[in-house]
Amino acid sequence: MVKRSLRVYARTPLSRKCWRSNKFAAKGRGIYIVRRGQRVRRKAVLAPGVLVSPERLDYGASEPAICAQSPVAKGHPLPQIQEPTVALSASPADEIKTTTCYMCACRCGIRVFLKDGKVRYIEGNRDHPVNKGVICGKGSAGIMQHYSPARLTAPLLRVGPRGSGDFKEISWDEALTLATQWMGDVRAKDPKRLALFTGRDQSQSLTGWWAMQFGTPNFAAHGGFCSVNMAAAGMYTFGGSFWEFGDTDWDHTRYFIMFGVAEDHASNPIKIALGKLKKRGVKFVSVNPVRTGYNAIADEWIGIKPGTDGAFVGALIHELLAARQIDVDYLVRYTNVSWLVVDNPGGADNGLFARNDKGRPLAWCRTAKAFLDAERADVDPALSGVFTLPDGRRARPVFALIAERYLDEAWSPERAAGITGIPAATIRRIAAEIAHAAFREEVVLDVPWIDWAGRAHDTMIGRPVAMHAMRGISAHANGFQTCRLIHLLQILIGAIDTPGSFRYKPPYPKMIPPRLKPHGKPGQIKAGEPLGGPHLGFPHGPEDLLLDPDGRPMRIDKAFSWDAPLAAHGLMHMVITNAALADPYPIDVLFLYMANMGWNSTMNTKGVIEHLTAKDPATGAYKIPKIIYSDAYNSEMVAFADLILPDTTYLERFDCISMLDRPISDADRVADAIRHPVVEPDRDVRGFQEVLIDLAGRLGLPGFTNEDGSPRYPGGYPDYIANHERLPGVGPLVGWRGADGKDAHVGDPNPNQVDTYLENGGFFVHELAANQRYYKFANRHYLDFATSAGYVTSGLRLTFQLYSEPLQRFRLAAQGHGTALPPESHRERIASHFDPLPFWHAPFEATGTTGEYPLSAITQRPMHMYHSWGSQNAWLRQITARNRLYMNRAKGRELGVGDDDWVWIVGELGRVRCQVRLMEGCNADTVWTWNAIGKRGGAWGLAAEAPEARQGFLLNHLIGELLPAREGGYRFSNSDPVTGQAAWYDLKVRIERCLPHEAHATSPLFEPVVPSPLPPSPAVSMFGAEFAN
Amino acid sequence: MTALPPSTGVKLGLVIDLDTCVGCQACATSCKEWNTGGYSAPLSDQDPYGADPHGAWLNRVHSYDVGEGPTSRTVHFPRSCLHCETPACVTVCPTGASYKRAADGIVLVDPDLCIGCKLCSWACPYGAREYDYAHGVMKKCTLCIDRIYNETIEPADRIPACVRACPTGARHFGDLGDPESSVSRLVAERGGYDLLPEMGYRPVNKYLPPRPRRDAAAGAGAADAASPGASAASDGSLAERLFAWVDQQLSR
Amino acid sequence: MHPAYSVIIFTTASGAGYGLLAWLGAGAVLGLIPLSWPVGVVGIGLALLLVTAGLATSTLHLGRPERAWRAFSQWRTSWLSREGVLAVATYVPAGLFGLLWVFTNERGFIFGLVAVAAAGLALATVWTTGMIYACLTTVRRWHHPATAPIYVLLALGSGGLLFHVLIAMASVPTAMTVVPAAGLLALGLLAKRHWWWAGDTAGRTHTAESATGLGRFGAVRPLDPPHTEPNFVMREMGYRVGRRHAARLRGIAQVLGFVVPAAALLLLPVVSTWLAIALALLAALACAVGLLVERWLFFAEAQHVVTIYYGAERA
Ligand SMILES: Nc1nc2c(c(=O)[nH]1)N[C@H]1C(S)=C(S)[C@@H](COP(=O)(O)OP(=O)(O)OC[C@H]3O[C@@H](n4cnc5c(=O)[nH]c(N)nc54)[C@H](O)[C@@H]3O)O[C@H]1N2
Ligand SMILES: Nc1nc2c(c(=O)[nH]1)N[C@H]1C(S)=C(S)[C@@H](COP(=O)(O)OP(=O)(O)OC[C@H]3O[C@@H](n4cnc5c(=O)[nH]c(N)nc54)[C@H](O)[C@@H]3O)O[C@H]1N2
Ligand code: SF4
Ligand code: SF4
Ligand code: SF4
Ligand code: SF4
Ligand code: SF4
Ligand SMILES: [Mo]
Repeated sequence: MVKRSLRVYARTPLSRKCWRSNKFAAKGRGIYIVRRGQRVRRKAVLAPGVLVSPERLDYGASEPAICAQSPVAKGHPLPQIQEPTVALSASPADEIKTTTCYMCACRCGIRVFLKDGKVRYIEGNRDHPVNKGVICGKGSAGIMQHYSPARLTAPLLRVGPRGSGDFKEISWDEALTLATQWMGDVRAKDPKRLALFTGRDQSQSLTGWWAMQFGTPNFAAHGGFCSVNMAAAGMYTFGGSFWEFGDTDWDHTRYFIMFGVAEDHASNPIKIALGKLKKRGVKFVSVNPVRTGYNAIADEWIGIKPGTDGAFVGALIHELLAARQIDVDYLVRYTNVSWLVVDNPGGADNGLFARNDKGRPLAWCRTAKAFLDAERADVDPALSGVFTLPDGRRARPVFALIAERYLDEAWSPERAAGITGIPAATIRRIAAEIAHAAFREEVVLDVPWIDWAGRAHDTMIGRPVAMHAMRGISAHANGFQTCRLIHLLQILIGAIDTPGSFRYKPPYPKMIPPRLKPHGKPGQIKAGEPLGGPHLGFPHGPEDLLLDPDGRPMRIDKAFSWDAPLAAHGLMHMVITNAALADPYPIDVLFLYMANMGWNSTMNTKGVIEHLTAKDPATGAYKIPKIIYSDAYNSEMVAFADLILPDTTYLERFDCISMLDRPISDADRVADAIRHPVVEPDRDVRGFQEVLIDLAGRLGLPGFTNEDGSPRYPGGYPDYIANHERLPGVGPLVGWRGADGKDAHVGDPNPNQVDTYLENGGFFVHELAANQRYYKFANRHYLDFATSAGYVTSGLRLTFQLYSEPLQRFRLAAQGHGTALPPESHRERIASHFDPLPFWHAPFEATGTTGEYPLSAITQRPMHMYHSWGSQNAWLRQITARNRLYMNRAKGRELGVGDDDWVWIVGELGRVRCQVRLMEGCNADTVWTWNAIGKRGGAWGLAAEAPEARQGFLLNHLIGELLPAREGGYRFSNSDPVTGQAAWYDLKVRIERCLPHEAHATSPLFEPVVPSPLPPSPAVSMFGAEFAN
Repeated sequence: MTALPPSTGVKLGLVIDLDTCVGCQACATSCKEWNTGGYSAPLSDQDPYGADPHGAWLNRVHSYDVGEGPTSRTVHFPRSCLHCETPACVTVCPTGASYKRAADGIVLVDPDLCIGCKLCSWACPYGAREYDYAHGVMKKCTLCIDRIYNETIEPADRIPACVRACPTGARHFGDLGDPESSVSRLVAERGGYDLLPEMGYRPVNKYLPPRPRRDAAAGAGAADAASPGASAASDGSLAERLFAWVDQQLSR
Repeated sequence: MHPAYSVIIFTTASGAGYGLLAWLGAGAVLGLIPLSWPVGVVGIGLALLLVTAGLATSTLHLGRPERAWRAFSQWRTSWLSREGVLAVATYVPAGLFGLLWVFTNERGFIFGLVAVAAAGLALATVWTTGMIYACLTTVRRWHHPATAPIYVLLALGSGGLLFHVLIAMASVPTAMTVVPAAGLLALGLLAKRHWWWAGDTAGRTHTAESATGLGRFGAVRPLDPPHTEPNFVMREMGYRVGRRHAARLRGIAQVLGFVVPAAALLLLPVVSTWLAIALALLAALACAVGLLVERWLFFAEAQHVVTIYYGAERA
């Protein structure tokens, strides 16, 4: 590579412009080559835009001059220095393929550089709507994930006891026959005895459809332990949500508040956006007990006490109402502030909306002096006062109830200060800043648009205050109502889907709440038949719950039961425990996909591991008789499965990022994408979706088979992607539909659709027109489009439900009204938590135990790790191979612990040993650590003595999946009482210094498990040596 | 050739914005990824799956806890070779493997000449040189010399891998020898500074300081917006006043 | 700095070798040592053996020993390169010196010339070794005017002891040689003590604040290191030795490296031949151990500026 060569200088200095703004526009003239002292002239023709370095010049021919200030020109004597020649234009790839990253759920577009058939480099795809060319720390380490020694290599059948890791390799045919046999029996007898739960699943529209065809009600993905609080709160309030379903209007916002986010699913978009905000000098306020990552660059950090955001936001609402800093027009036009609520204490109709005979909600029209359909465009509604309905009942407008509640002293900044630890003055100032940005810096776009009622507006007025929230809010048992409070705040100032505020990503907004109800009522589950409909939905009242005749849960996870009525995403965190305890009933086959339920995605990990291996003393059989699991890597969960269906890596398979699922749309464009094999698997593995479709054929599931029983998608997953129709014309991908590929959104299947996606970088984008981009909930042009695309059932206006009637229906049931009544043990809980107006309550764990366990213990995602699976990555694990417990420096001093000291974290469930790191940017009553760094020895291809296993620790051992027994001995899950969202961050602990002899390793320490047969991991990695030219 | 060239006119380097860096590590891993297969191939890793994993990286991101109490900050701090103008890491090299390019000021190690004596790493105050235990030679930031001039990749991509990757746009690449270049102007506007200036190595790379905060400690004054508008009736309970004001609004 | 044994052994062994060579050169010219051929064989042989052994071990810490020859190219700028060049260059006069001594009776001008040249180059080589460290501004302890001179003094000191082993065997040590040899050791000790003192008291002006430029916001402490496990920089430059431990070792180095040998030297003229030989050997041995400890400390106690990025408050 290195060739001794003569140094060359450009004679005349190139204009300095050539480096300006990083552009290499060379503007040189002659070039001199120095050969043994004397100068030899060389002509050079210069092509602008190219820069060639000196080394290349002695390859002869006419070459452009380098973009350098020449010593010659400067009149320096030419030093006789020799420099090695560098191969400046070594080609990094034989071929570059575009696909979708899956180092995390953000799903950026990537360009995969292939050299000699190996992956040489992965960079962001500039054309891709999600990441626009950038890539994150995980994505750039994809190579090490793809070549991980922890990759499973073939189907495995358990031969030793569960958890021992003793497997034998079997053929795919054996594996699929076995699985078909196990599941076939279940389906023939009682489909609900199969539970399919899929963790990081990005193909829920397929897995859910599969479970539906199978006939079991027991399906969900990770949403229940993830962020269903955000999803549900949003969907019941404004038909959209934080999480992956909405986004800030980064280009217009003037004030941005981020609640409880460390990384989120929009990993790159948020980073790109924060960069934009910084450039524009927009104030960025972080509300977070911990100041790292995004929060470290905030203009103001509010180190709130965990679980108390509701009180903080409520106080902001209090201030804004008191200061009359709200957008009345917006409220009247787009929300239910004017709807009349029946005021009939003790009555079965108390708190429900006053409706006319057509069931339409009523408002009092001030001009018509009459009760009118509240959603009529021409009402001039009263927002205050008490009205007597024709039938004599009293009713009050929602706005009056809101004002009454939040103007109460209970919501004053002083009260909030006591709860949150945020000074009242700060709360007042933030309220003032919000008001200022919203009403003094309003954004007006000269974009004419027409609202749902046909009223033409010649501008789009925006309240440029944006908020974003995630698990800091959702992972608490009060998350649903806290998130509702945030939405209430946004809506009061007119900051939902207006310029500069929080915006929907299509297919959102949906109906409020969506029409889709959960399925799995007794009549909907029949042996050998599909489920009556999709599993997950949005109950509008008790009658929509999935209960057996005696009011007990129909689902294994108790979703949509009185335990968790609005469990729109199920309760994945309860499945194993419930199944093992046969509560509500036992199951025969537990079918898991892409979820490390034997470790970091489980609460009470130790307990759950016991459940996974528990046997029935009588029969000696496992309480969970059969466990089938699909993983791509040797995760902790693998050892607990009976049958392993090894998956491919994300660079080896087809995937479909579908509008039917969790698409990659942003607020301005509809988008979906695919993943495709950019390299062939070198192992005996198969894409899980392929396997599901194969199994469906073998099981003869309707929807996957033709009348004659032959498989409907013989071409496997790509075949399904192109040809499956959920509804006529509606399929997994919306781009290039129709036989000729000319339709979008809705259209006949297109056999060449997948190829067309490949030709177009693997994704499809439909730009919304300027007049469709805001006010989507009431925007005629958008709603017409959304209706035609099937996002909403009709172009009806969507009215924000600040006051949520469905919640009140549950509350009435808890008060003994109606036919479906909660059991005594649940009544108080439902009556108090199903408040139709959002409120704040202390998280369960917090109540009572505060004295004994004064500290909140939470986790954060490291930006460079994706849950458990980053640690098998030779590069990423070097960055964080062990985690410490971080705590406030002053608090540490107070407790007498210093950096690197070993301590016990003690909680109700037990204690965990770890090392401490003190920091300033941490709330004084909070301790935290990085999530999922702690590993079980032997998993992930890591040595048993790996720091991850010896010094790294898992907080999950202390997070109970069940709350302590309540009155009547009943144990609720450690979840939000409304949605069943796992309350990871309600954990309360205390810190104890540990004894000198304990100060060396974490505890509990589990026996290392190395599932056999698996190849050993290399002792040295020289990856890339093969690419050296 | 370990003699330093007469001052290079072009001074290619990086400008890193500490006000924007969120510490995501993208620059570190994309650097590792590009260079392990590029000019410095390989960047080997020792015990990559074992008890003591460590490897050669050309770019590392520290995070610091700065100051105390309300005015304290958390600062993420990426660190790679600063391509110093007068770096001893070059002059101490016995073999000439370590050199500074006259054309653009890039400081490079020629892996074919290096004998792995590690002296240059001792001479670097910034810890920017990393010995490759498996390859037996010294590795360092190449400023992606095999990207920035690479005619086989699109002109837009002829920038360092770390700059190309950085999601927040906290990294900037250009000619710091040109006072008119975008990077030089950025440095001027934002008060970019040198690390360890007292060492006299005259780093080319510059760091942009975190901007002042806008919080209570920084004396963020409350905007007046939240004080009740004078216009509205000032008697009665908060609710009554609110309702009165709302009626006014609606009757406009 | 990480104390690499190859470097420690190299510098002490070759130091003694070059020192001995210098003494032989001077001794030959000044007639301080019998010029019989056995003395030449043993003396020059031992010197070159130590030098060669030292140079050999020094290549052990190279990642690419097979390329070691490349190190001769950069003598213009690099002290390490200069050391290499001089080390090799020294062999020429040293070799001739030995040949003339052992195989010829030439004891005239030529003989004197090569003797002096060998001695000169030997000391120059040791000087360059010292300069390799002295020129590093990144290691405050090393970057001190006394560093290179001390290397030379210690080379002469240890070499002097070997020289006296020879004399003790070949004739009778006299004050003529014993006093200057002991004097050099004493000088070496004083210089070394001063050097230690200077290193201990030097203001450590580089701080985490200046290293990061974040001092304007207050004290700078690491929150998370770039990688949780030690990297090359910390393995190579993050070495720390406890104060107490270091103090104890300094004591040992001074006693064994200087006091004991000097005392033994001064006794040589007054004791019987056999005892003199034994004493001289003992002195050389003690000195060797002492200097190995001294050399270990030379690295272990040296703090590199880069450590402030990894948590050291100042350097
Ligand atoms: N790099 C990376 N990205 C990921 C993931 C990953 O594992 N790694 N996981 C993906 C998944 S599955 C999810 S669900 C998302 C989650 O994305 P995030 O919501 O960012 O999840 P966390 O890392 O749990 O961050 C929670 C934040 O809330 C803070 N917090 C905790 N309690 C409270 C509270 O009471 N109030 C407030 N205001 N803040 C609080 C914590 O300090 C932390 O900063 O990230 C996704 N993206
Ligand atoms: N303490 C604490 N615990 C938490 C959280 C927290 O914040 N704190 N967060 C919770 C949240 S929000 C979530 S979403 C969960 C996430 O927890 P999980 O859903 O368990 O996510 P991972 O740990 O990434 O596990 C995913 C599994 O999928 C496997 N996998 C990776 N790629 C593939 C593939 O291509 N195919 C297949 N078949 N398998 C693959 C991995 O090997 C791993 O076993 O963790 C929860 N647990
Ligand atoms: S954010 Fe997630 S999807 Fe995007 S590049 Fe990073 S890992 Fe890949
Ligand atoms: S990529 Fe950018 S934001 Fe991320 S750590 Fe590097 S510089 Fe900071
Ligand atoms: S940063 Fe270190 S390696 Fe880079 S040029 Fe400066 S001294 Fe040399
Ligand atoms: S390690 Fe290599 S580059 Fe560094 S000084 Fe030694 S030979 Fe030169
Ligand atoms: S310029 Fe290239 S080599 Fe240097 S840090 Fe950035 S990516 Fe790494
Ligand atoms: Mo999640």
